[in-house]
Amino acid sequence: MELIANLALGFQTAVSPMNLVYCLAGALIGTLIGVLPGIGPVQTLAILLPTTFSLPPVSALIMLSGIYYGAQYGGSTTSILVNVPGEASSVVTCLDGYQMARQGRAGAALTISALGSFFAGCFATVVLAVLAVPLSEFAFKFGSAEYFSLMVFGLIGSIVLASGSMLKAVGMIILGLLLGMVGTDVTSGVQRFAFGIPELADGIGFVSLAMGLFGICDIINSIEKQEKRDILKQKLTGLWLSMADLKAAAPAVLRGTLCGSLLGILPGGGAILSSFTAYMLEKKCSRNPESFGKGNIRGVAAPESANNAAAQTSFVPLLTLGIPPNVVLAMMAGAMMIHGIQPGPRVITSNPDLFWGVIVSMWVGNAILVLLNLPLVGIWVRLLSVPFRLLYPAILVFCCIGLYSVNNNTFDIGLTALCGLLGYILHKLECEPAPLILGFILGPMMEENLRRGMLLSRGDPSVFFTRPLSLTFLVLAAAMLVVVALPNIRRGREKAFKEE
Amino acid sequence: MRIRHPKDFLTGVMFVFFGTAAMVLSMGLTIGKAAKMGPGYFPFVLGGFLTALGVLILLRSLLWTAGLHAWPVLHFKPPALVLSSVVLFALLLRPLGLMGATLVLVIVCSRASHEFQWKEALLNATVLILIVLVVFVYFLEFQVPVWPSFLAPHA
Repeated sequence: MELIANLALGFQTAVSPMNLVYCLAGALIGTLIGVLPGIGPVQTLAILLPTTFSLPPVSALIMLSGIYYGAQYGGSTTSILVNVPGEASSVVTCLDGYQMARQGRAGAALTISALGSFFAGCFATVVLAVLAVPLSEFAFKFGSAEYFSLMVFGLIGSIVLASGSMLKAVGMIILGLLLGMVGTDVTSGVQRFAFGIPELADGIGFVSLAMGLFGICDIINSIEKQEKRDILKQKLTGLWLSMADLKAAAPAVLRGTLCGSLLGILPGGGAILSSFTAYMLEKKCSRNPESFGKGNIRGVAAPESANNAAAQTSFVPLLTLGIPPNVVLAMMAGAMMIHGIQPGPRVITSNPDLFWGVIVSMWVGNAILVLLNLPLVGIWVRLLSVPFRLLYPAILVFCCIGLYSVNNNTFDIGLTALCGLLGYILHKLECEPAPLILGFILGPMMEENLRRGMLLSRGDPSVFFTRPLSLTFLVLAAAMLVVVALPNIRRGREKAFKEE
Repeated sequence: MRIRHPKDFLTGVMFVFFGTAAMVLSMGLTIGKAAKMGPGYFPFVLGGFLTALGVLILLRSLLWTAGLHAWPVLHFKPPALVLSSVVLFALLLRPLGLMGATLVLVIVCSRASHEFQWKEALLNATVLILIVLVVFVYFLEFQVPVWPSFLAPHA
């Protein structure tokens, strides 16, 4: 019954007129930016972060969640209609979604993707609500040693399940941790790596780093690619699903939801892994797997449901343990910290309205997408026909003004350009920026817990191995590394990410 | 010895650079000991890890990589123009005001596209300046100089 009372509190917060407006605004703006090719949810969040800073924390987070769902929905629209995925998690949607669009069934593909996401969202919201309280109570038992080991586990998990070279990913995490050290050291008050620049006393701004690495850098990449887009010229007709479509898609939605809810909770899980796994699962379950990739509606329904379910359940580790499991959640964590809320087990007790409000607003945001965004799909399609060369200057203008508004200084804008340059170099060297952001977020926390843990044990590092929970996390982390390093699995992993 | 994997080679160089920089800079801080870590302890250790990792990746790119991989392809124009347009905006916002800085930003960054046309870029800039004025100055009452400082009436 407590659960229902909690959800009721959430509803009260999320459905207050003001928050509803922010949720709606977030969903619409998120879709607007997310629909642009080459710009996915992460980039959208990075670009729009400053717009939420003037709001009270609850509204800001609700708007950010709205932006996130909107962007994800916008991304799948682009995947289906233009065959240019906004981000890795929509790659799978391209396979069957674009084929459906070519067969004149774009409307059905868009509808099932929205409905599937909505269903997945409802389910995952309940999962999140059920798991949150016991997990955060569990987390209260953690000491510094446990927290440190948990963060190691989380960081390792995020690279094991990600694509690309493991060694490079580890390096990116360490680089992120180091960048997180810039600024005033909390314990001693000493300035580190600030080079006497007063603006760096508070550290590198999260907005600058995120916007540089994802927003600015991806704009440069898109200009460079000069990809030709073949947008579907035929008119979008019929958003309604036929009975046959619904019958075919329903079990796929269900399987995708379950798969996504489960994988979202894992560190490093989340949208990419789950949409890919759901697609493979669907293909395995199917009686005629050869129809996949040729416009099978189940190939759209399963991954779209899965990535939304995972997006939602991946809030579990952030809100209960304080560990962002992927980049999107790292953005959320960054936003929470800017508003002075430390993500972790205390959020539920100290800010119950924020916690439950945000959970319920995810559901509301999904509902808004189905009710409002789907009918607006024609407008989003028209936006796709605006050439990119006219759009990116607009994005840059809003980025710059947004950056200035954070602290009313121009230093942040320059810093962002520098981060953009770093992002560009990393992209050229095929280094994923995602682990860097995770390391950046976790860096200060990790250091604090390491220092405290070692202080309590009087410099004896065995404390990390003798406390059972801490040991468990470290053993799990090591096991993940070993498993991935095994030649067999490594080949499978490489193959799996190539098929994307 | 040949560089078999240039992208990995350069990544290694980058990691070694950042790693050693972190170690050197940490030495200027109090390192402390394990039981009582100073501000330099954790960054120093991390720097050490990063350097070691960089060396490993570097060696791998020289010795243990099968086949030859391509060098990264660099285009100078898009990153240079986009990044400098952002920096210019930062530098010009106070002296030229929001309108002037936006105009410069749009023109410079538009040139990064291979389909750049003066007429189109100017039109785009005009439209964007109008939107910015309406949204940020009129509605959000954003505190920023709007006009160039030499045109603004001195209060």
